[in-house]
Amino acid sequence: MTSTTVAPDTDRKTRRTDKPEASDRARAENSLGMKLVAPAIFLMLLVTAFPMLRALYLSLYNYSLTAPEERDFVGIDNYVTALTDSLFWRDTLNTVLIMVVTVAVELVIGFVFAMVMHRVIFARGVIRTSILIPYGIITVVSGFAWQFAFSNNNGFVNGWLPLIGDDFNWFGQYGSSIVAIMVSEIWKTTPFMSLLLLAGLAQVSEDMLEAAKVDGATWWQRLWKVILPNMRSAIMVAVLFRALDAYRIFDNIFVMTAGANGTESVSFLTYRQVIEQFQLGIGSALSVLLFLSVLLIAFLIVKIFRVDLAAARQEG
Amino acid sequence: MSTKNKIGVVVGAVLILVWCLLPVAWIISLSFKSQDAITNGSPGFLPSEGGGAGWQNYSDVLADEQFRRAIFNSIGISLIATALSVIIATLAAYAIARLEFTGKRFVLTLALVIAMFPVVSLVGPLFDMWRTLGIYDTWPGLIIPYMSFTLPLAIWTLSAFFREIPWEMEQAAQVDGATSWQAFRKVIVPLAAPGVFTAAILTFFFAWNDFVFGISLTSTENARPIPAALSFFVGADPFNRPASLLAAGAVVSTIPIIVIVLLFQRKIVAGLTSGAVKG
Repeated sequence: MTSTTVAPDTDRKTRRTDKPEASDRARAENSLGMKLVAPAIFLMLLVTAFPMLRALYLSLYNYSLTAPEERDFVGIDNYVTALTDSLFWRDTLNTVLIMVVTVAVELVIGFVFAMVMHRVIFARGVIRTSILIPYGIITVVSGFAWQFAFSNNNGFVNGWLPLIGDDFNWFGQYGSSIVAIMVSEIWKTTPFMSLLLLAGLAQVSEDMLEAAKVDGATWWQRLWKVILPNMRSAIMVAVLFRALDAYRIFDNIFVMTAGANGTESVSFLTYRQVIEQFQLGIGSALSVLLFLSVLLIAFLIVKIFRVDLAAARQEG
Repeated sequence: MSTKNKIGVVVGAVLILVWCLLPVAWIISLSFKSQDAITNGSPGFLPSEGGGAGWQNYSDVLADEQFRRAIFNSIGISLIATALSVIIATLAAYAIARLEFTGKRFVLTLALVIAMFPVVSLVGPLFDMWRTLGIYDTWPGLIIPYMSFTLPLAIWTLSAFFREIPWEMEQAAQVDGATSWQAFRKVIVPLAAPGVFTAAILTFFFAWNDFVFGISLTSTENARPIPAALSFFVGADPFNRPASLLAAGAVVSTIPIIVIVLLFQRKIVAGLTSGAVKG
């Protein structure tokens, strides 16, 4: 699930507590503040930090739930196994491919949708309501809807698309299976992207656009020279959140192909090892690798786009 | 706006509507087809002559004990997780927006990291932990992970929202003679309520949509939520997925979301984008 909010400004009142005479009042405020956030911190750490450390620990063991007493320390063997297995790399490539293509397509379609929603006067409420429907629908349901739509047995896609035979089996080979999965993913998450971009679009000043128009800038020039640069932070935040979300892809693949024809993602591989085959050792190693890749992607996006999440609020 | 632009906007608006509603219309249409028509291959969009099943699929689905349990589980688990997570997030967000304390940055960073966390990374260790603690395949076994994963969303939405509240009004009310409690209740609570409500809706969406925890941390209908139940639904003939029944189940599970969207459209949009790009 993507969340989109960005650091509230915490610098507003900073340094106040640094004054030499840290008053009783400031100390009371400090301790009240910590007490109020304590339950949230406790819960978040309980379900993430603790299991992650446990995964790190288990990943060093040869540990299968079907033979728990045979557990023994193997060091980094699990990582070596995973990283030298072509399956791991195939799934990683797949996941990266899905991430890059879906985010790129969503950025373009989402931007067009945002432009339309920004300008549309009639039926504003209807459009805004409809755009939330894909966002709200369970991913599993959208996966089913698209799987049935692409099915050569009961779907309508083959009938509607020209140049494609009515009996074409979309789920018969890799290429078309992955296209079907991407379509479902793009359908479901483009509205989210377009809402973020719409909020960014609202920040572009009309005066500046008007001025550019008076100076004789074409529509295309206004788009590239005025609109897009002013939406930079909104675009970056949208790309960051969607990319990380796309890299975790699981539901759509589980429902639509169950990983057949090599359409498996890294999340799916990890799930299969842990839950279906009870291989906690190698599964934990995969969990750690998955976590590290998400960190790496976040780091790269932040570096490449120079996203400053805290600053995005002020500049945006 | 020139005529050309106007036409563009109208075409765009129609495209958006088709985009959003086509798959929904399709799944509704499918839910009214008979299984026979589907197995024999009737690839039309609308139910064809004689291939319609009326409300039969719906009554079959609603008569299914496992499906009813799953709906019940989903509603219960999502509501409890939402309520608890919003309460805890409200405390935290209030502290973040209003108080000066050490570790403020840490909470926000932690929340951000969790929002990006690959959920599948956690199911292994949680599966193991929950079995040891005896809460595998129970409601708390899902409520706890849902809470911790919806907390970031709620904390970010709420703290962005609380920052906009003019807290000075509370003091102003006190100057005018209200007690601190009165000032808080009469001035701050009404201002904060819409934000809390928005956070609750988004949190509920998240919990209702979850799939990974739903299939990994449950094994029976004890706690299995609706997305997991749908994906495991095989029907009478395991070699032939009951598309029409699944479609009916999908429609039923989507109704609560559609109702919420229709009622609270404005609030959801505000919540989704709050803070992200607002100056």
